[in-house]
Amino acid sequence: MSTTTLPPEQLKIVIVGHVDHGKSTLVGRLFYDTGSLPDGKLEKIKASCEKRGMPFEWAFMMDGLQSERDQNITIDTAQIWFHTKKRQYCIIDAPGHKEFLKNMVTGAANAQAALLLIDAHEGVQEQSRRHGFLLSLLGVRQVAVLVNKMDLVKYSDKTFKSIEDEYRAFLAPLGITPRLFIPIAAREGENVANRSKNMPWYNGPTVLEALDQFEVAKPDANLPLRFGVQDVYRFDHRRILGGRVEAGTIKVGDKILFSPRNKISTVKSIERWNAPQHDSASAGESIGITLTEQIYVERGQLGSHEHEPPIETDVFSAKLFWLGRQNLEVGRKVKLKLTSEEVECHIQSIDKLIDSSTLAEIDPKTRPHIARNEVAEITVRTKSPIAFDNYDRIVPTGRFVLVDGRQVCGGGVISKGEYPDRRDVLSGVKSQNIFWSEGKVTRNSRERRNRHKGAIVWLTGLSGAGKSTIATDLERELFAMGLHTYILDGDNIRHGLSANLGFAPEDRQENIRRVGEVAKLMMDAGVLVVTAFISPYRDDRRLARSLVNENDFIEVYVNAPLEVCEQRDTKGLYKKARAGEIKNFTGVNAPYEPPEKPDVVVHTDKQSIAESVAHIIDFLKIEHIDLDAAH
Amino acid sequence: MDHLDKLEQQSIYILREAFNKIERLAMLWSVGKDSQTILWLARKAFFGHVPFPCVFMETSYDMPELIVLRDQLAKEWNLNLIVARNDEALAQGMNHKLGRVTCCSALLKENLKKIVDKHNFGGLIVGVRRDEDPTRAKERYFSPRDKNMEWNVEDQPPELWDQFNTDMAGGTHLRVHPLLHWTEMNIWEYAEREKVPNVHLYFAKNGIRFRSLGCVPCTFSIESQADNYEKIKEELRNTKKSERSVRAQDQESEDAFEKLRRDGYM
Repeated sequence: MSTTTLPPEQLKIVIVGHVDHGKSTLVGRLFYDTGSLPDGKLEKIKASCEKRGMPFEWAFMMDGLQSERDQNITIDTAQIWFHTKKRQYCIIDAPGHKEFLKNMVTGAANAQAALLLIDAHEGVQEQSRRHGFLLSLLGVRQVAVLVNKMDLVKYSDKTFKSIEDEYRAFLAPLGITPRLFIPIAAREGENVANRSKNMPWYNGPTVLEALDQFEVAKPDANLPLRFGVQDVYRFDHRRILGGRVEAGTIKVGDKILFSPRNKISTVKSIERWNAPQHDSASAGESIGITLTEQIYVERGQLGSHEHEPPIETDVFSAKLFWLGRQNLEVGRKVKLKLTSEEVECHIQSIDKLIDSSTLAEIDPKTRPHIARNEVAEITVRTKSPIAFDNYDRIVPTGRFVLVDGRQVCGGGVISKGEYPDRRDVLSGVKSQNIFWSEGKVTRNSRERRNRHKGAIVWLTGLSGAGKSTIATDLERELFAMGLHTYILDGDNIRHGLSANLGFAPEDRQENIRRVGEVAKLMMDAGVLVVTAFISPYRDDRRLARSLVNENDFIEVYVNAPLEVCEQRDTKGLYKKARAGEIKNFTGVNAPYEPPEKPDVVVHTDKQSIAESVAHIIDFLKIEHIDLDAAH
Repeated sequence: MDHLDKLEQQSIYILREAFNKIERLAMLWSVGKDSQTILWLARKAFFGHVPFPCVFMETSYDMPELIVLRDQLAKEWNLNLIVARNDEALAQGMNHKLGRVTCCSALLKENLKKIVDKHNFGGLIVGVRRDEDPTRAKERYFSPRDKNMEWNVEDQPPELWDQFNTDMAGGTHLRVHPLLHWTEMNIWEYAEREKVPNVHLYFAKNGIRFRSLGCVPCTFSIESQADNYEKIKEELRNTKKSERSVRAQDQESEDAFEKLRRDGYM
């Protein structure tokens, strides 16, 4: 079709139905009738058919794979484009074989409308029903049913009507009302683009006209805000939360609640690259945001406005379709993915089990598992609470997939229902006694109640390298994450516990020994201890490390060149040392022995304080703190 | 959001998922119009940075203009460029006269396998689009490849609601296709809007231009007067020739391209 301006609007449609009911043929015909076939394609198809000794087959146009041409079936979903005067269409051709249902789901899940084919000669078949049912689960509401191969039933309006009645009766209980039924003969192109002369009794639209009546769904900018955090970037001085606005609108200055961690901060800026500056972003936009107050946010958090938070719970009901080869049994652990959230879960109960072809119910008491290609109403329990919405309210945050082994094996939509808000329970204050253990209270029992391990984060480095600043910010971040944490530094040790010590090597050694012992006690009490001392001697640090288990001691080298530290000279100490007013000053008239194998190194001459802190937290996250992640 | 915004935002989402989920991620960078688009989208996704290596598969039959632009951008955009070349095959005199598909297998496919093994890449970003070819039409955004890089097209995992299959077994790698949903027309509309740098070979000179770029001996130019974006778009609106019809290796047999792709070709 040679139009001078291409309509920019695009609609994705999926073509589904039972095997051999003519899906790929219809696509071939749509292309031919709209003049969208590339040059030479018709000849290629003809040659392919002749080689196999068969009559001309439109389906070869879409069925690109050799094995499909040989077997004359569609194996996987494929997409191609054509356009009418109104807009461009992306056609998703989905296979009709039962074995390839996962491919049909893949195709249909991406579509905004569907054409469902039923062979007039064979009538409603297993996959006609199953596909109709799945379309409703996948949220494809715009459906036109095409009764194909009308030529084989002598263009009988009676046959057409009886198929329509039968199928409408099947779909009604699912709440699906097909937009329209169209009698067609795809191979001959009747009622596809051109009206059929053989069915004067039909006055409705042709397939092309029906397509143009479908509407393009628009992401809703007026729904409550849902911002899914995909990642945290620190490519430069900025700490950017990258993510997509799944619903609603986010603006600079908005106070944002991040669930399920329940941290609040304010949007400082909305970041884009090489795009016009806007201080807001709406549903569908992949953006970045920076925050005014640095709080601990990571992938999997869902941002909302405070007054319109998502539901937060670890138990909910859902409708699930299962495509896995292995059955899904009650109680078996699988991974749940919802927007960027990921959590382990299991099916707590199967409340209703449905044969998706007949809609007949199977008694879940006799069959406590969901088999491949079945649909079920289930109660899901997640290992830790997740944030979501009811599917009816906000689509992108109301649906999830289940990953079994390494593959996506099923999809579900969260049913209507009210769930208890568990925010109070989660704040940790009213902790349930589930971690209580009999007898002596051990370090382990303290850690389980705290939900994180105790450890010593030992900062070492020259005076002025930034140890105290980092320690202070690190403590604040850890505290904001809900961790038990405490700083030991010159301010609270040198003036008290070690007030009787000077700076000679032996005094330094004794000071470090005391700090090590205090840190060990606090760690035993379940605290994540941060120490900020120059601790210039390797042997002294080794001594402190030897007091605890190897894994409990994290040596952080706060590395800045002496010149930089001396230039900073925040306390004026270097100047005094150079003037000979201070003796034994590390770096000037006393040695500093850098760590040989520190666990973490931060370069404060190149990294900002925030970056350094984030770097340490990244290490702690991987190695240490989170008990949930560790088990 | 207009239709280009939608395409762009979806691709950014995919790139960010790949970067977050895949260890040792790299992109295949041919410097052709599609991989130029991806590079641009990566800079959008990562706020001006390209946080993974860009692998260029050098065959020695490359279009010189691509090499010039490659080196210029690698410097300007601070890219981590990795040039991969199957010197062994070249030393044995591999060229298209030994069979175009044979040559592609050796200099691209085998070469790719070597570089993936060498760097142990967990994922490769590739600029294929569904509208290019029926085999590419069946692709997923995240598509697993086994140890031998083979694509099990008959049994691909489902992919829905932007939840991608990112968990991999050891020894396998993922192909990531952020442009799968784009068309050739979209690429040019976007290049025009964003001013994505592209080699001049795409723009007509003396009555010919290139529509798709490969190695010098196996890529044909087309007769064309389209020397600017507007004319290229107009040409695409009216053409009935497929994009890959100018790539000689595809024409060797009915399923030449499919076989290449199953074995690990892009």
